[in-house]
Amino acid sequence: MTTADRATGEPARKPDGPVAALMWAAGIGILTLGILTTINEFGGAISTFLNFYNPVGPLAGKTTYAVVVFVIAWVVLYNMWKNRDGLFGGASRALLVLTVLGFLMTLPVFFQLFAAG
Amino acid sequence: MELTGREFWTLIHGMVLGAAFLLGFGGGFAGLYSYTPEWLTREGIRERILRLDVGTGLMALASWLTVITGTWIVYPWYRARPPAELADAVTNFQRTGQEVSPEQLSALQNEYPRWYLLAQEKTAPWHEFGMEWKEHVAWISPILATVVFFAVLYYGPRLAYEPRIRQTLMLIFVLSFIAAAIAGLFGALITKAAPIL
Repeated sequence: MTTADRATGEPARKPDGPVAALMWAAGIGILTLGILTTINEFGGAISTFLNFYNPVGPLAGKTTYAVVVFVIAWVVLYNMWKNRDGLFGGASRALLVLTVLGFLMTLPVFFQLFAAG
Repeated sequence: MELTGREFWTLIHGMVLGAAFLLGFGGGFAGLYSYTPEWLTREGIRERILRLDVGTGLMALASWLTVITGTWIVYPWYRARPPAELADAVTNFQRTGQEVSPEQLSALQNEYPRWYLLAQEKTAPWHEFGMEWKEHVAWISPILATVVFFAVLYYGPRLAYEPRIRQTLMLIFVLSFIAAAIAGLFGALITKAAPIL
């Protein structure tokens, strides 16, 4: 805590690297969900790969792999950026763009365009 | 008045977990919005952060449990495949337009919701658009809710002095709510059209 912080009682600033890491990871995870949802429409081997639990069908793989990517990205980026600062602006813009893409790519009128046959 | 096992879990998924998230959003959003030294004393800033921590944490948890119960418990019942004769009748309808008989529709209605919806032109969009959107977009909600929770936990009372971060978190929270609201709305409407009994 700086002298100024002690005087005002305001908590000390923190580097934004850890939060930026999670925001990027969230965006990457959401984009992964959108990509898997779309490419599943190609059918064949991709659909079979995603359908590792038949009662749930390909949704099992789409959602599980998206969450796995999210978690792995978070761990990797957190370790890279935990002491860094000044990353929040870029991370928030990235998350917003990737989330919009995720919304779009999980919309049936979009991904059904890629349906096989 | 009783609930079957499937009705019970559908209730847990939608009316308990999902509803808890949607209802909690208003309080969470208001909490973030008002978390500023312009409106709170130093003591208030310290006092409210615990509520924000717990509230956003419970909301993130509710969101994760909603999508997990929905995908791994309720969804298999929704998409269960009927016997070959009924499945072929629905597939034939989709391919040629030949209508499924009332007896076959009746056989599909109570145990094969997805196939029941697809067996009629007037109800097919509930699956082709409604469920297809809901089952995917819902998973965006807990991912974003986790971002909000972690950021609130990480910054703690410092969050009150970071308006740009708070505003960004509010936007992320709104996007999380929108994803959950879409899923909740279509879940309620699809359950009305083809309940899981």
